[in-house]
Order: sequence, then C-alpha cells, then structure tokens
Amino acid sequence: MKIRQIQEILDATCLCGDNFDGDCFAGCGCDLMSDVLAFPKEHMCLLTGLTNPQVIRTSEMLDVMCVVFVRGKRPPEETLELAQELGITVFSTKYTLYEACGKLYAHGLPSKNEV
Amino acid sequence: MSELLYKEIYPVDKDDFVRAGEASAKIKRTLKQLGVDADKIRRTSVVSYECEINLIIHSLGGQMCLEVTDEEIIVSSSDKGPGIKDISLAMKEGWSTASDSVREMGFGAGMGLPNMKRHCDEFILNSAPGAGTEIVMKIKI
Ligand SMILES: Nc1ncnc2c1ncn2[C@@H]1O[C@H](COP(=O)(O)OP(=O)(O)OP(=O)(O)O)[C@@H](O)[C@H]1O
Ligand SMILES: [Mg+2]
Repeated sequence: MKIRQIQEILDATCLCGDNFDGDCFAGCGCDLMSDVLAFPKEHMCLLTGLTNPQVIRTSEMLDVMCVVFVRGKRPPEETLELAQELGITVFSTKYTLYEACGKLYAHGLPSKNEV
Repeated sequence: MSELLYKEIYPVDKDDFVRAGEASAKIKRTLKQLGVDADKIRRTSVVSYECEINLIIHSLGGQMCLEVTDEEIIVSSSDKGPGIKDISLAMKEGWSTASDSVREMGFGAGMGLPNMKRHCDEFILNSAPGAGTEIVMKIKI
C-alpha cells in the first residue's frame, strides 16, 4: 500500500516527510515499543498513540516507512525534528488506534504478523 | 581465527532519554557502511537498541561495544550495576521492574531480554546484584 493511500484512507495530516510514493508491506498498531521490536518486518507502517521521540528512534531501527499518530495527537517538536532528520514520513489522524488499524486492514494492508 | 574488521565503544548514561538510541543508530550506520546484509542489520539493530534502552532505564550507566569480524557481529554491553537478582525471572516475557514514567514512553513490557535472545545466534548474560550486568550477543554474518 502506498503511503499516499494510507494518508487518504485515514484522512491524515502530513506533519513531516514527503515519501508519498513509498510502499508499505505491513502495518503495526501498538503503544508498546517492544511489541514492534518483537517481530519486525520490512517496510512497516507504525500506528501509535505515543508521541515521544523514542517512537521515531524505534522506527529508525526497523526502517519503518511511515508513522501515524492517532486520535489527532500532535507530537512534541523534538519528535518531528528527529523524523525530519531521518526522513521518516509522519502523519496525524483523528481516528483512534482501533479505527485507524481497522481501516487500513480492511483496505488490504496486512498485519506485520501475517507477512 | 576470525579477523577483527571493526571495533567501537559507545558510553551510555543512566536516564539519558534525550540520547537514547543514538549508540544503536551509530551501530546501524556502521553496519550499512560495511555492507552487511539488511536482515542481519535489522536483527542487530533490535538487539542493540533493546540493550541500550535497558542500560538507560535499569542500570547506573555503562557502555556498549560493537565488534565486527569476517564471521560475526558482536554487540556487547557492560554496566556499573545494580545487577539482576533473578536472571531466569528477568528473561521471562512480561516481567519488568520499569517505573510508570518509563512505561508511559512505551517501554517496560518485559519483552526486551527475550527479544534480544530471540534475534541473535548466541546470547550470554552474566549478572550479579551489587556488581553489574554483562551481555554478549552474536549474530553470524
Ligand atoms: N542492565 C540491566 N541492569 C539491571 N537490571 C536489568 C538490566 N537489564 C534488564 N534488567 C532487569 O530485567 C527486567 C527485564 O528486562 P526486559 O528488557 O526484558 O524488560 P523491560 O526493560 O522491563 O521492558 P521492555 O524491554 O519490554 O521495554 C527489567 O525490568 C529489569 O528489572
Ligand atoms: Mg528492556
């Protein structure tokens, strides 16, 4: 699924990055960083309610393609600065974690545990 | 005998959340420059990052070390304490002594050590209360 499509489906605002043609192979929705780190896959989209810079560091470790902050959350400036520096595309959506994951899954983005 | 191609040491301070993950990011960049296979880089990144975060949130400070030979990647850590009382309990998924503030950052699920063990080919942990904790993790190239 193209990052552009993820933005459309989630009616999301882009907070930084412009890799809209990047391709995500799998999604992961969680508020525990160790859950993402447990069984990481290539080209993931990470959806989370956490907004601290560690979310971006964790994403860097796993080459996460794009990060979506749910429930309309706006991350602190340090988080966006790090994402900018690392070239990670970041969105904010008004949907909850459950809704956002459900929408992407229904549109065909598989779970990281399925690919 | 395997040949040492690269070695670097990274100090890690207790409670240094601002720089948390920087040592692992450097390790990752080095492995990329050395042309290591992407899957091995990802596995190394996971183990070094979990290890680095543990040093920051659980230890009194210490250091990480990356060694690359023509046969394996070795990520190791040593810290100044407080050590782990019950290692088999610490290795259990879900067991954690992390504080609420650490949990709010998304850590403290008690998954780090089992994750580290799962992602490497050889995992050695030595620890004693009062002394410190030493971890050696090897990934075959
Ligand atoms: N370097 C260390 N020094 C002292 N205690 C440690 C160290 N590393 C781990 N521990 C102890 O082992 C427990 C389990 O560690 P583990 O990494 O598995 O989980 P966690 O760090 O608590 O949570 P998570 O890794 O999921 O964020 C910790 O809660 C802590 O009590
Ligand atoms: Mg841990």
